Formats: sequence, structure tokens, C-alpha cells
Amino acid sequence: MSDIVELPDPAGSGPRPAGDARRPATRHLSLPGLGLAVPGIALAALAPAVLPAPGWVVFLAFAAGLALAYAGLARLGRGVFGGSFDLMFWLCLAWLVVVVLAAILAPVLPLGEYRDIAKTIDAPAMAPPSLFSEHPLGTNNFGLDLLARIIHGARASLLVSIGAVAIGMVVGGGIGILAGYFRRLTDTVTGVFTNSLLAVPPLILLIALGTVLEPNLRNIAIALSLLALPSMIRMARASTLTFAQREFVLAAKAMGASRWRVMGRELLPNVLLPLASYGMVIVSVLIVAEASLSFLGLGIQPPDPSWGNMIAEGEGNAFQDYPHIVLVPGVTLFLTVFAFNLIGEKARKRWDPRQAKL
Amino acid sequence: MAWSVLKRLAEIAAVLFVVSVGTFALVDLTPGDPAITVLGEGHTAEEYAALRDEMGLNDPFLVRYGSWLGSALHGDLGTSLIPPNSDVTERIAAALPVSAEVAVLGLAMALVVSIPLAMWSAYHADGRVDRIVGAGTFGILSVPSFLAGLLIIMVFSNQLGWFPRAEWVRLGESLGDNLHHAFLPALTIALAETAMFTRILRGDLITTLQEDFILAARAKGMSPVRVLFSDALRPSSFSLITLLGISLGRLIGSTVIVEYLFALPGMGTLIIGSADKGDFPMVQGAVLVVALIYVLANALIDLSYGYLDPRIRRAHV
Amino acid sequence: MSQRHHTSGHHTSGHHTSGHRAPDAGRAPLLVVDDLRTEIHTPRGDMKAVDGVSLTLDAGETLGIVGESGSGKSVLGRTIMGLYTTGSTMTVSGRVLVDGADVHALTAAARRELWGTGVGMVFQDPMTALNPVKKIGLHLTESLRGHGGLSRAAARARAEELLRLVGIPEPARRLDQYPHELSGGMRQRVVIAMALANSPKLLIADEPTTALDVTVQKQILDLLGRLQDELGMAIILVSHNLQVVAGRADRVAVMYAGRIVELAAADALFAAPRHPYTEALLASVPRLHHPPHSRLEAIGGAPPDMVAPPPGCRFAPRCRYAREDCRQASPVLGPEPGPGGGPENGPGNGREAARVSGSEPGGEGARVFACHHPVRPVTAGGS
Repeated sequence: MSDIVELPDPAGSGPRPAGDARRPATRHLSLPGLGLAVPGIALAALAPAVLPAPGWVVFLAFAAGLALAYAGLARLGRGVFGGSFDLMFWLCLAWLVVVVLAAILAPVLPLGEYRDIAKTIDAPAMAPPSLFSEHPLGTNNFGLDLLARIIHGARASLLVSIGAVAIGMVVGGGIGILAGYFRRLTDTVTGVFTNSLLAVPPLILLIALGTVLEPNLRNIAIALSLLALPSMIRMARASTLTFAQREFVLAAKAMGASRWRVMGRELLPNVLLPLASYGMVIVSVLIVAEASLSFLGLGIQPPDPSWGNMIAEGEGNAFQDYPHIVLVPGVTLFLTVFAFNLIGEKARKRWDPRQAKL
Repeated sequence: MAWSVLKRLAEIAAVLFVVSVGTFALVDLTPGDPAITVLGEGHTAEEYAALRDEMGLNDPFLVRYGSWLGSALHGDLGTSLIPPNSDVTERIAAALPVSAEVAVLGLAMALVVSIPLAMWSAYHADGRVDRIVGAGTFGILSVPSFLAGLLIIMVFSNQLGWFPRAEWVRLGESLGDNLHHAFLPALTIALAETAMFTRILRGDLITTLQEDFILAARAKGMSPVRVLFSDALRPSSFSLITLLGISLGRLIGSTVIVEYLFALPGMGTLIIGSADKGDFPMVQGAVLVVALIYVLANALIDLSYGYLDPRIRRAHV
Repeated sequence: MSQRHHTSGHHTSGHHTSGHRAPDAGRAPLLVVDDLRTEIHTPRGDMKAVDGVSLTLDAGETLGIVGESGSGKSVLGRTIMGLYTTGSTMTVSGRVLVDGADVHALTAAARRELWGTGVGMVFQDPMTALNPVKKIGLHLTESLRGHGGLSRAAARARAEELLRLVGIPEPARRLDQYPHELSGGMRQRVVIAMALANSPKLLIADEPTTALDVTVQKQILDLLGRLQDELGMAIILVSHNLQVVAGRADRVAVMYAGRIVELAAADALFAAPRHPYTEALLASVPRLHHPPHSRLEAIGGAPPDMVAPPPGCRFAPRCRYAREDCRQASPVLGPEPGPGGGPENGPGNGREAARVSGSEPGGEGARVFACHHPVRPVTAGGS
């Protein structure tokens, strides 16, 4: 009854950090934190490897270990870095760094075979994950190494999504600035164009394009960029409208700068910031879109790996008999999307594009 | 009022025109030759040319678009290229109810769960339940719907065997069987929607609950349940409706994926199947219908504000 | 009906005067607030919004509570009402007795019953105190039906009667209108009607005129005065504006930084303030008898941070009379110190003072204040 008061919600609607910033940090938290973290990590690491018990017991032990380790590390972090330390944020950042690094370094990493079936005739098919074996995350039904496929899949996924964001930023930013600067007919035509793009549900648009375009990385990136385009155009247009009235733009005009110079030198740098922050947020949406498309068989085609088409391999009975076929790429996809969402949410709170328009 | 409706209608017409041109232009962009798609490989060049002529593929773009649009406006979307060369409109008419049922059912499930959940979370903001709901919904939003669907099939269909997979019983045949088959697909759709609705509605309710009129209602001695439903939910329902509009695109997307996963004979399966085989009249027709529904639904949502919010209603009259 | 209320109003106010004269013989006061503290939990720490307030109020009496914004007067009103109570965001200690019932010890359901029938509240801004998507009629009838158990038709008839009572023309038509279709003054009348729906014995009016035009302010205050006469309820009139309270309150409490710094009969307080803060407040109000273009005195500085209030007297940093001892020891709310006596006698809170204020006869003797070096009555007044 008494919980409603007119105090602003301090944390908003975002995910709660594990620690409540209300309570001041105290140093003595570090020791129990360490005490929790070490056995937690040990339990999580050893459970799958050595515990001689049925699957669900191992899983429970693993989960309990993770929870313990998380709680311990969170306390440790708060003890060492202060009360506002957000372990989840750093874990997500670390995960993204690992994924990106692995994707970049994929060709030089000592990985198993990821696409050539001919080379894996001798390899075990559908081998379950086993951390210290030749195939740490197991193999698929052709004996291809899942870890290698995951990492090469990340390469494709990130390349396509980030490429799409880049295309969206360049094209959308350009069109948006033009529409916002010239107004009138340019603006109207742009408006109808963006509305038309928005008038087709995103996945339907992708599928329709999938019938037309050859499914290679470049075309998929172009198709995905169409999802990001409308928002990019609108955002760039809105920012241009605001900034075009500011003194520094008027000053540049008064000094005789050409319209292209005004747009390129004065407006573009100001429009870029909100676009970039939106790009960060939409990367996770595009990763999911690419995965969905590949899952439906319209995106990246096997044997080239993508998280989406790897998950599709587990469709039907394979999933039931060999859950790792779905779970390995599935968990990877989940973690990556989660990390992007969490960091995007934090970034959005700190640098809200709406505030950039002040 | 009349003027704003007219303006809105003109906008809708312009957008639909561009979409129809876009979908029609898909054919010209298609790399393969439709004649080969129809006849298959191994025919003479003359045969292909004759068919192309017969299909009107040699006419200029505008002529072809005009005749296609003309018949489309009469409800004739052409015939499928793939045997048995069925009528596109008929196929869509058969598929649409399936998609609509699953989507509406999923949406209803999402609303039924998310409204009380959001209310509880907002009312006890920062409490234990709120934190768990906050973390849970955030996690669910990071699970793509095809992955969620696979997991749901794995647990409820394969392991527990409670619900069937890959069969469909039409609504007309048996309501019970129909719902039994529609439950898991609807659940898959509802998952992400529930998470989204709960989060947005919670944030909105927290703002509403800080309003003076909430305090005033409490000061009158109204019960918390009454305050929440009668005073807090109605102002918040506007953002729920906006949200409905925003989530419509995602809803259609997840319906497509769910149909594919559960092999339901809906629009999604129709579009994906036709896209796979290069059956462009079918894709054109289906995409056009989906876009039409999408645009009209969004327009309807815009208009519904006026009827829900007395302040806007007055401004329009 | 209005006639009957009129007489009963007179009766009650007569009773309250006699109650002041001989409290032990009369019945208990309608409202007793005893060492009330409201601590609001904020990310920076606990904010002592109300920090040990004690007061009493008799039936039919009007008490003005005056202070700057942030002095805790609104929180005090809401805590007295029980709208603010111990929960995850705040902690309330002390007691509030309404007709002998401890508001903060009641169950949630019993408190709701009290809100419906015992205490009503008028809010500051009628724009926000009415739900924009509900019709005027529903605002009024829902509590009538909930508490009074009236039928739909009876509740509607009563709602119409209430609107007429608060001076709204064409009440029947108004019932089917939405709040935005009414002017600000009309809306505030609706808010008052809402508070009156179940004939409360105590009405807490939290800045009831702040959001209104000056011309409408007087109408609303006159309305409150008329309703008090007719219905015989007690009113707590919270305002940052001394003029709102002047001439309408029997007694006035001046709040600063969560505490009452001076409490006295209204005439006495306005005639000769004893606390420097009261004096400063009075000096900042324009007076008709002042020569034109005379300077209004603003109070320099800002109220203290209530998460970490300064030691000693909280007004000391802004006080022109402050001396060293003011920054050391906190003055205690009490009557005029006698020779040799004084604040040093009292233990650390205003509990005693409240009793004093209630038990002393009305007029100059009922005055209590919390200051080591009060303004001399002789020099005050003219300012």
C-alpha cells in the first residue's frame, strides 16, 4: 500500500545491476567475494568435466557454480572498484571483445575444420562437447568442428551486421541530411520512401529480397541495411532540421560557404553522433535478423557456417538426440545479442540521442 | 477531423502505391528466368520465348504493372508458376486465417500475462519481484524467436509430448483440437511480446503512479486494485497501443518463423515456400497483402487514440 | 441541510474555543500529531523531510502550516493523512491520532476507510489531481459507492449535490464532462468536492490555490471557509504563502527544514513574530501600508540539505540574529523562556511544547517557538 510515492525511479526500466548503488561500498566485501568466486568458478569448470552424474545434475551443478561465481565476482568488484561497479556490464563487454577478436583472428587460430566435409571423413560425427578434447564444443553430423564453425559464423554475422549498419549510416545519413536541408519536395519524397520501407514488415522484406538476391555476404548486408535505413534517415533529418537553425551554421552560410560545404563540414559531424549510437543499438537487431534469415535457409548457405544455419541443423530429431547441435550456436547467439542489448541500453541511458538534440 | 482523415488516407495510398511498385519490380530483379521456373530445364529456346510472350514478360514494365495492379484491385493476384498452378488469391485466403489466429492468440496471451505482471512490478518498483521480472524480460528479449520456438518444441512437444507439432486442425473442424495445435505457436510468439509489453508498460505505469491523481484516488480511499485498473492503466494504455503498433512488424516476423517451425499452413509458410521456388506471383501477392494489413493496422491504431483519449477526441471534433 | 450544518458549525467552533480554555475537561482533540518523523530514502541517504513535529487540532478549527518549498510541509500533510507511511521508500515514526485512531498503525483497509470518511485531501494542482481520462462524475461517485455503499443513481444524485455545494453551475451537465473541459478554478472545486464526498471531519488542503489565478484563489479560499462553516470540519491549510493563511487560520505553524519553528494564534503571529524566520517571511510579503517602491526583503540563502542538516539551529546560516550558540545547540520548541528558565529546560523535542500549546489559553500565551535569541516583540511587527 505504501510503496507509491512521488520519488523518481532511480534506475529506470533497465536491467538492475546486481548491486544496489544505494548502499555505500565497503572494502571488507572483497574477501567473502573472493571466497564465493573461487569455489564457484571451480564448480562451474569441473562439473561438466569430472562429475560422474546424470546430465541434469551436472547442469544444475554448473548453473549453481556460475551463480556462485557471479555473486562472488560482483562483491569482489564492488569491494575493489566501488559500489557502482556493474559486473554484468563488464562481462558483456568482455564477451563481445572475445567474439570480435576471435572473428578477426579466425584464419590464424588453431581451429578444427569448419566447412570442408571432405577433410572430416575420419572425424567423429555429432561428438558432444568435451572441453579438453580435440573438439571442445563437439562436432556436427559431418564431423565439422563446432568451435571453428561458431567463430567463422561470428565472422559472417558481424561482418554482415556491421556492414549493414555502415551502409545504413552512409546512405541514410546522406539522404536524411539532404531531406532536412533542402526540405520541400526532397523531404516529401524521402518521407514517402521511408514510410514505404516501413510499410513492409522487416522479415517479410528480407524474405522478399531473398527471392531476388543471390545469397552472398554483400547482398545480405545490403538487404539488412534496408532495415536500418528508415530510422537512420529520420534521425539524420531531425538532427539536420535542428542544427540547420543554429548560429554556427548560419555563420558558415554568412561567410559564403557552399551548401555542400555546410552539409559536409557543419551538419555531418553533428548528425553522426546520434546515428552512431543508434547503430550500436541496432547491431543486435540485425544479428538476429541475419540469423533468422539463415535459419529459414534464405541467408548464408551451408556449408558456410552462420549461427542461424547451424541452429537449423538441429531442427527435427537431431536436437533431441544431440542437444549440443542447437545449444552451442544458440547460447552463443543469445549471449552476443544479450551483450549488445545490455551495452546498448546502458549507452542509450547515458547518451540518449534525444538529448543530443538540445 | 475529416481533413486529417483524408490526409492520412492519401498518405496510406501513396505508401501502398510505392510498396506495390516495389513488390512488382521484384520480378525484374529476379536473376532466374520465370519461363525456366515454369517449364523446367531442357526445353527449346522457342518454347521459352513463347511462354515469356504468353506471360507478358516482353511488355514494357509500366504495361505489365498496370495490368497486374488492375487485376489486383479486382482481387485477382494471378496464378502460381508452380504446378498445380493454383490461384494466388485463393491460396492467400486459405493461409491468412491461420496466421491471423496464431498472431492474435499470441498477442492475447502476451497481454493477459504482461498487464498484471507490469502492474505488480510497477506497484512494487525495485522490489524482489520487479527485479526478477526486469532481468527475466531482458533475457527473453535476447532470445530470437526461432531459437525460443525450437526450445519450446524440444520441451513441450518432444520431451513432454503435451502438444503436437507439425499438424494443423482448422478452426472450423474442431475448436478444441485447433487450440491444442495453436497453443505452442502462440506461446512462442507471446514470449517476446510479453517481455516487451511488460517492460514498456511497467515504465509507463511507474510514471503514471507518480501523478497527483493517483494520490488523489488513494486519498479518497480507493483500493489499490481499483487505483491500478481504473486510474493508472487507462492513461498508460495509450503507450500500450503505440507499442502494439511498433511491435506489429516484429509480430508478423515471428508469426512467419513460427509457422515455418511448426509447419502451419499460413502466410509465412506460403511466402517462404514460394520464395524458395522462385514463385514470384505468389510472393508478390502475399507480400502485398501483408503490407496492406500492416499499413491499415497502423492507421487504425493511430485513429484509435482519438477514441481512447478524451483530450484528443475533443481536439478532433 | 445547509442551515443545520451552519448551526452545528457554530456549535463546534464554540466548543473548540472552550476546548482551548479547558482541555482536560473537554473532549480529546480531533487530531494529535506526536513527534512525527518522515525519513525519505534517497540514493544520497535518508532525507529527514519531517523531523519531529507535534501539534494538535480541535474539531472545526483551522490550522495554517506555512513554510518555503522544501520545508517539509507537504510531506507533513501527506504523512498526517497516512498517504506516506513506512515502506520501501520511507520510514515514518511517531504517532498521528485522528479521533483516537493511530493512522500509521491501522491496516491498509482500515486506513482506506478512514480516508473515505474521516480525512479528505485537497491537492495543489487541479490539472494533475484529476485523472484526464475519467469523467467528473466517476471521480465523485466511485468513492461514494465504495464507502457509502450508495446505488448508482443515489451516488449520482449526491455527486450533483456536492458539485452544487462547491459552487459549480449546471452540476448535472458537468458530471458527464472530462476534467480538461473545465477551467482551473472549476477543477479545483471538483477536487474539493471529491475530498468532501464522504463528509470528512478533517480536510487537509495542500497548497489548494498555488496553481490558480489570483482572482480564483480568493474564490477557492472563500469556498473552503464557507464549507467549514457549513459542515463544521477542521482544516489544515498548507501554503507557502502567508497571505493565503492570514485571516483564515485560527492558528499558524511556521515550518522550516522539517520542524515547526513557531506556532501561535494567527493574529499574534502576524502582529509580532518571535522567530527570525517568521519575521523574515512576513518581511518578504508586500503590504499595502508600505510606501510605494519600498524594497521587499528576500530571505538570503537556501534551505539546508535535509540529508545532512547543519548542527545547531537549522536557520542559523541564513539568520541575521544568529550567534555562536545558534550553531552549536539546536533550540527547542517552547513558550517564552522565563527568567532563568527557557529552552535549556526542555528535553530534546517538541512533545512538551505541543502540550503547552494545547493547554495554554488562546492568544499570546499559546505561542511556542524554537529560537535562542527571539525577535523582541517591541521591535518586531513594523519590520
